[in-house]
Amino acid sequence: MKIIQRLSEMQVGQTATIQAFHVDTAFKYRLNGLGLRVGKKLEVIRHAPFDGPYQLRIGSTELMLRKRDAHMIEVLM
Amino acid sequence: MKRIALIGMPNAGKSTLFNRMSGGSAKVANWPGVTVDLLSSKLLLDGGMVEIVDLPGIYDLHGFSDDEQVVRHFLANNTVDLVLMVVNASQIDRQLSLTLQLKSLNMPAVILLNMADEAKKSGISIDTEKISVELGYSTLLLSAKYGQGYSEAYNAIEATLRTSKARPARALEQDFAVDKAMETELDNLVKHSVDFPAQIGSTMTEKIDSVALHPVFGLPLFFGFMFVIFQAVYTIGGPLQEGMAWLFETFRDLALVPLLSGLPALLNGFLIGGVFDGLATVASFVPIVIVFFLFMAFVEDSGYLSRAAFLMDSLMSRMGLDGRSFVMLLMGFGCNVPALMGTRTMRSRGLRLLTMLVIPFSLCSARLQVFVFMTTALFSPQHAPIVLFSLYIMTFVVVILTALLFKGHFNSQEPFALELPPYRLPTYRQMLFRGWHEVAVFIKRATKFITIGVVMVWVLTNMPYGVEPASASSWSGIIGEFMSPVLSPAGINPELTIALIFGFVAKEIVIGALAVIYGLEGSALMTGIADQIDWVQAYSFMLFTLIYTPCLSTIATIRTEAKSGWFTTVSLVWPLTLAWVVSAGFYQAARFLGY
Repeated sequence: MKIIQRLSEMQVGQTATIQAFHVDTAFKYRLNGLGLRVGKKLEVIRHAPFDGPYQLRIGSTELMLRKRDAHMIEVLM
Repeated sequence: MKRIALIGMPNAGKSTLFNRMSGGSAKVANWPGVTVDLLSSKLLLDGGMVEIVDLPGIYDLHGFSDDEQVVRHFLANNTVDLVLMVVNASQIDRQLSLTLQLKSLNMPAVILLNMADEAKKSGISIDTEKISVELGYSTLLLSAKYGQGYSEAYNAIEATLRTSKARPARALEQDFAVDKAMETELDNLVKHSVDFPAQIGSTMTEKIDSVALHPVFGLPLFFGFMFVIFQAVYTIGGPLQEGMAWLFETFRDLALVPLLSGLPALLNGFLIGGVFDGLATVASFVPIVIVFFLFMAFVEDSGYLSRAAFLMDSLMSRMGLDGRSFVMLLMGFGCNVPALMGTRTMRSRGLRLLTMLVIPFSLCSARLQVFVFMTTALFSPQHAPIVLFSLYIMTFVVVILTALLFKGHFNSQEPFALELPPYRLPTYRQMLFRGWHEVAVFIKRATKFITIGVVMVWVLTNMPYGVEPASASSWSGIIGEFMSPVLSPAGINPELTIALIFGFVAKEIVIGALAVIYGLEGSALMTGIADQIDWVQAYSFMLFTLIYTPCLSTIATIRTEAKSGWFTTVSLVWPLTLAWVVSAGFYQAARFLGY
């Protein structure tokens, strides 16, 4: 079953497809540049201690994203 | 002269390529329309000189960060004959997006797929022929780091320069509508020309990350790692410094003193006790700085810094900062100036200013020299490295204190995403390049600030004519006495006061000034100072040196980067106040406890 949820609700080890961005234009450019685009698959690799950022893998790139910002990205599980 | 601009995303290996191409002969220069300095170099291509400019790494030509604006303004105000588009070959699936943007601007370009070695190792195969045909740009594989593929690249650059038409200085058209089409184009291009293995990512990096980013051990490991590095710098650099000091001392006693003995006493004293002693003392610490930067180059190139950002981001966010601020603080351990410039990737002014306010507390390599000198003179060999490390800890203490106090004034909601590149080993060449670069920086600072500084200190300690050097009746003694109501509560005597005043210009002058003031050099200077002050005074002096107003270059950088007189004033006054409070507090408490 496929469900739409926020990236911030994903568990470590899960993969999902990006559905939509609810971020400002400037940040969207930055995310696009890092390889985050609608329709792309991403994987949550790790979650930093003390509720820190997520480590994500998308294509050939690994990056970190804060939980607050991850909440602004819709994904399809 | 024809002009080539280097454009690429962060982490595409652009600087490595630029360093290779320029052979280290790069110069900073001003450009029309751009407020920051850019590196450029001249290159002999096709029988003529060509100018090559290194533009900051950017993700998107439309982006809103200062770096992205610099690139836009550069292209709007300067004619470009050719763009060297640097792309990390193992991330070609996303980095080509910038290339497509350049193509939409009809920019004459050559595409260099850098880090070809890494891409090959992870099983990525790229059909450069196909990309060349589809984009209409010569596309070549190359390894900037290991020096492979350069001759082919130069051939392609020369051939393109011969035929291409320059893009005149003109503002960039901001056509947002093409974005969607571009995404499809990118996907198709990658699908047709790149073969990715099923599982991307280095297993080596994954293995290291599972330890380095461990939820429990990650942070302790990071601090342990830092301690080991600083310990190593001390252990390796210490004997080198002693060796250099001995060499200078021998040269002075065997050659300089007999050679200059015929000169009048005052001139003799000025040349030996002023210029030579001052400069030689500072120069003897250069090996420590080089050793430090060799380690620093290793850490910077390894990819570990962004892991530090990952581990620390949560803590930093509580202080109104983020992971990038932490990386810049670590970079500041080398030199505060490039660290301050590194904040250009931040968009929010609040975040950027707050980061710029705390960076100058980073114990830079110039201050390291002062502390190595002081700790060696005043503490036992067992205690000295621990005392030194305590000062690194103090950096973090004052950073936290300052950030917490000021975060209300510098508010930021800036989102934060940062790449975690695979771990890499720097080459010897890169490390040697860095070491040489530091020697060059020292020579530049020595000819500018340090010589003038030690000469002025000599004049102050030896004038008026005939006075006992550095005595209460000399000019330096008078200034020291005048300042004493302020600085004696911190245990800082008139001699140290003069050193602190000149340390405002550059921290290296502090040890040079002490050599001139005490009229001693090398090991004699250390013994001489140990006779004059005790460890409580020395530590208080070091605290003051760590915290107070950074050097003139730092202040100048803060002014140009922040473009605010008000902010520059705050970053002058606050550290000075804090330095006095901390030093005096420490000194009084230690004395009260009977030390």
